[in-house]
Amino acid sequence: MGLLDRLDNPYNFGGIILGTLEDLLNWGRSKSDWYLHFGLACCAIEFMAANASHFDFMRFGTIPRASPRQADFMIVSGTVTLKMAERIVRLYEQMADPKYVLSMGSCANCGGPYWEHGYHVLKGVDRIIPVDVYIPGCPPRPEAFLEGMILLQSKINKQEIFKKRKRLEEEMKNMNQ
Amino acid sequence: MTQQEIYNILKEKFGDEIIEFSHELPSDPYIVANRSKIDEICLFLRDEENLNFDYLVILSGMDYIEKLGVVYHLYSIKHKHRLTIKVFLSKDDPHIPTVEKIWRSADWHEREAWDMYGIIFDGHHNLIRILCPYDWEGFPLRKDYKTPEEYHGIKVPY
Amino acid sequence: MSERRKIEFDYSGVDTDRMRVNVGPQHPSTHGVLRLEVELEGEIVTEVVPHIGYLHRCFEKHAEAMTYPQVIPYIDRMDYISSMNNEWPYVIAIEEMCGIKVPEKVEYIRVICAELNRIANHQIAVATFGLDAGAFTPFLYLFRDREWILNLFERISGGRLLYNYFCVGGVRGDVYPTFKEDCLDIVRQVRATNKEIMDLLIYNHIFVERTANIGILPVDVAINYGCSGPVLRGSGFPYDLRRSEPYSIYDRFDFDVQVGKGEVGTVGDCWDRNIVRMREMEESCKIIEQAVAQMPDTGDVFEAIPKKIRVPKGEIYRAAENPKGELGFYIVSDGGQKPFRVRPRATSFINLSVLPEISKGYMLADLILILGSIDIVLGEVDR
Ligand code: SF4
Repeated sequence: MGLLDRLDNPYNFGGIILGTLEDLLNWGRSKSDWYLHFGLACCAIEFMAANASHFDFMRFGTIPRASPRQADFMIVSGTVTLKMAERIVRLYEQMADPKYVLSMGSCANCGGPYWEHGYHVLKGVDRIIPVDVYIPGCPPRPEAFLEGMILLQSKINKQEIFKKRKRLEEEMKNMNQ
Repeated sequence: MTQQEIYNILKEKFGDEIIEFSHELPSDPYIVANRSKIDEICLFLRDEENLNFDYLVILSGMDYIEKLGVVYHLYSIKHKHRLTIKVFLSKDDPHIPTVEKIWRSADWHEREAWDMYGIIFDGHHNLIRILCPYDWEGFPLRKDYKTPEEYHGIKVPY
Repeated sequence: MSERRKIEFDYSGVDTDRMRVNVGPQHPSTHGVLRLEVELEGEIVTEVVPHIGYLHRCFEKHAEAMTYPQVIPYIDRMDYISSMNNEWPYVIAIEEMCGIKVPEKVEYIRVICAELNRIANHQIAVATFGLDAGAFTPFLYLFRDREWILNLFERISGGRLLYNYFCVGGVRGDVYPTFKEDCLDIVRQVRATNKEIMDLLIYNHIFVERTANIGILPVDVAINYGCSGPVLRGSGFPYDLRRSEPYSIYDRFDFDVQVGKGEVGTVGDCWDRNIVRMREMEESCKIIEQAVAQMPDTGDVFEAIPKKIRVPKGEIYRAAENPKGELGFYIVSDGGQKPFRVRPRATSFINLSVLPEISKGYMLADLILILGSIDIVLGEVDR
């Protein structure tokens, strides 16, 4: 239900596109995601491969940002250790809303091969920050990673910004009462 | 030089400090030494002309269940011979002199042995944890280690 | 030390503060999750304190809880860029303990895989080193070529990055019929690209200016710190386990041990460490060509694989030449199903410990380059 689909529909006269503002915003947001890459372990190498010539991750309109303040979503690729956990939370909190998290690899999903004896491994990054898309695999192939990116884009496309805002305002009102 | 010959040289020089020489196939041969003069033994091994062990391959902490240990793997780049020295420590008193002044690579290895096994290297300039967080409790690689339930409010077990 | 780069500046008339800056643990150019606490005087580095352990995945604990073959996937994940090479010393050590003699064909397959993996590792090392210096194009070229090698590995082992391919007594699968031709294709491709990279990056004037004469590592310091691999060879010392204590069948091949010679700067600078990697790729190509020519076509690769691995009581240390240096495993067995202790000699861990020593007195931007030239993998540093 992207904006450009409407070019072919009956409302299209004289080069006018009819659509909701929400679609426009979502279209813009989903096609120019800037990401903060939290590369941690082996999965980060597969991410680098996805970023390089063969798979060309940047054709999704993504640009790497070194600062969390400019990033729309964060890619957590690899094993999160307890020593690292607090840093991830801090970087996540520095990102501006709306923000998304892509968890790449079994380790970030649930601890991966280290789930049983890893005394120093966090068993899933979703214990500390909310995750939007989980990509399974050890390591996930770059294709799987790209699929995860498409999922994230479709998730952004379906979001209802204004309704959410209205809902939040109502919630606030209820809380104040 | 074979390890037997090196053992003979050491035995002559250090006497009772060197306890035994073990060579049972298929194991690598090794020498067991006392802990008290291990730094002097190492310095001798490094500086003696025909031994010349200038390369500390690896220093490992060990937990033999009833006692602890430190294992030194040495290599001489010039003479191409290897040597393994073992030192046993009791669990109540895991002190051993440091060798970080002799081989600088021992610095991080000793910190790791302290981190993982709680072996205290006397004279080390900065014996703090290296792999685990600085406020970690317990020595993870000891055989009787229990995974903590919680760390900074995060649940640890799966 | 070079006069041109090492900056001794008299700050007496200038009002500067000493600053402590935190680089990492999440930093685009630290090659992983390394945290460096840097003390700066103006722009000059006066002290570097590495803090590691942000990827400590408890390898040694896992090794004690797993049976012997189950440890191999965890070894893959130590130095995840060169997994094939990682598995090798471990299987050598256990084969020696059990007295297993592996078939001829397996030895050749192992050599070819290890050398291809060495090329892939050095491609990443050179590519990211170029990135650190600000060169993006070589990264794309080298990753394009690396993809060829990964495809070949995928065909023989099923994995792109972590293979679990070597096993005690053999390899997990036979090679496919056109394996040899594919290897030679890759060698051709690697050679062609390396020629380009040499012109594009290595002898590029800007790159030379940026990397020559910085991070100089004298050879005696390197040995005392236990460095190995291209870090030690970059300092001009020809220490290579494939040559000094040939394991497997390396005594059958003709290749040179490349050392840094200080062509554009001082011996042991960043440029030297990098050129050693570039030239080693060529040496690996040579080994692959010879191995492909000598490799027997027939033979059963599964013939020596034991049904059950029974390691006798004892202990052993065996090492092999990883792309990053000497990787060894000290294995203690109590005669049971599981190892009593597996202690890796982690190359990157030891090579990294020399960083504070060689980065004092250079600019902060040079520190990143020096780190890149050591070529560490944090999975191996922290295990
Ligand atoms: S999921 Fe597998 S490949 Fe990814 S970081 Fe974990 S161990 Fe490495």
